[in-house]
Amino acid sequence: MSERKYTDDHEWVDLDGDIGTVGITDYAQEQLGDVVFVELPDIGKALAKGDEAAVIESVKAAAEIYAPVDGEVTEVNAALNDDPSLVNADAGGKGWFVKLRIADPSALDDLMDDAAYSAYVEGLN
Amino acid sequence: MATAPDASAASLKSTPLHALHKELGARMVPFAGYEMPVQYPAGIIAEHSQTRTAAGLFDVSHMGQAVLRGDDPAAAFERLVPGDISGLAPGAMRYTLLLNEAGGILDDLMVTRPGEPGTDGEIYLVVNAAGKDADFAHIGEQLTGIATLERAEDRALLALQGPQAAAVMARLAPASGDLVFMRAAAMTVGGIDCFVSRSGYTGEDGFEISLAAEAAEDFARRLLAEPEVEPVGLGARDSLRLEAGLCLYGHDIDATTTPVEAALVWAVAKARRDGGGFPGADVILEQIANGAARRRVGLLPEGRAPVREGAAICDSDGNEIGQVTSGGFSPTLERPIAMGYVTTAFAEVGTEVVVNLRGRTLATTIAAMPFVEANYYRGN
Repeated sequence: MSERKYTDDHEWVDLDGDIGTVGITDYAQEQLGDVVFVELPDIGKALAKGDEAAVIESVKAAAEIYAPVDGEVTEVNAALNDDPSLVNADAGGKGWFVKLRIADPSALDDLMDDAAYSAYVEGLN
Repeated sequence: MATAPDASAASLKSTPLHALHKELGARMVPFAGYEMPVQYPAGIIAEHSQTRTAAGLFDVSHMGQAVLRGDDPAAAFERLVPGDISGLAPGAMRYTLLLNEAGGILDDLMVTRPGEPGTDGEIYLVVNAAGKDADFAHIGEQLTGIATLERAEDRALLALQGPQAAAVMARLAPASGDLVFMRAAAMTVGGIDCFVSRSGYTGEDGFEISLAAEAAEDFARRLLAEPEVEPVGLGARDSLRLEAGLCLYGHDIDATTTPVEAALVWAVAKARRDGGGFPGADVILEQIANGAARRRVGLLPEGRAPVREGAAICDSDGNEIGQVTSGGFSPTLERPIAMGYVTTAFAEVGTEVVVNLRGRTLATTIAAMPFVEANYYRGN
């Protein structure tokens, strides 16, 4: 698996072959607060970069998760239907949202690596 | 992920507990011109549960406190509100509404007639933070010559809410045990001079405590040192009041909603219904007699997805019949709850409607409020 990449919307992507797993960062889950519902896309849905991939509802508000690159939904994290708080408990792991088949993995090159994302978050505080 | 950008903190006001909030690890957000704690590290659900099961301490110092003075300030104030203010016994408080000439609600507020010696000719007001400048200007102008409004800018306001609030207060202020719901008195709490009411915005038993700003931080620390008490932010304050079916001004009520539409007819005192003499009385009394076209109702959407303010409410044929004005997730019921306005024909409890959510429709039932039973202390 290649190195985790990050968007400036606080999503992360892990690429394994042509399958990218997408979640939100710990910083993002903290900003959202307690997650109470996650709306996941249909499997097979084709997403262009920036399309809404999922909706997260916290007690206070709704937030959208955007597709970090073009891709087709191959799997969704059904565990979030039963326990949406996984997003808070383990944003970078068990709280993932979708897996995408990414046609052009080189599109991920434009995203931030761990060091760049850490610096980006630092700059927001 | 898209999050709303925070407004610049530079222009925001702060309460006397600002440093304490930061020390406690609060996430601060702009609210009504103040930088306020939306939540502490425990999080909204934990803070909500804390208040429902033990006691939560809220900083509500951003709200507007004032004293209205005059020969008969209660009678004077009745020119602006539909409540029976003259009938308030010393030491009693009441929820009322500042109205405009169309019967719309300019703000909702608490009015107390203090019972202490030397407070003849005074009533005490607490209004919402967002509207306090406009409210106080309006009251001052409208009552020129018969009453004088003095803002209490040097006062903090804390709320201690929850089933264990009374036990905590009894330790620090034995006199607090004499108060029942919607009563107030001056007393010392842990040696600090306070004006304490048995009231709140959570549906729980609890107290609201007005005290000198400079004493507020010590006082808050003393309450937080009690084992039952944890700090609670604005996030849980909102979910608690929604479960309690209480209106949030600017959302569930505003200048375009009348008390009848807002299902707040009970705030139009029987004693005021004959004579009128409050702004918008013609509109409001006509609506009391003949009904209003729409009404505020509780909404229970099926499933787990919360519906939010602004969502359209439709009948089964897809005709829009109203809008959601507050919506969220109830930590107590572990399901979404909401309130909104619907055409009166759909306002009966049990009526089936649908709410639009992101292009889908959610089956929704009109529900009685409060969603969670109130736990007020009315005496033994």
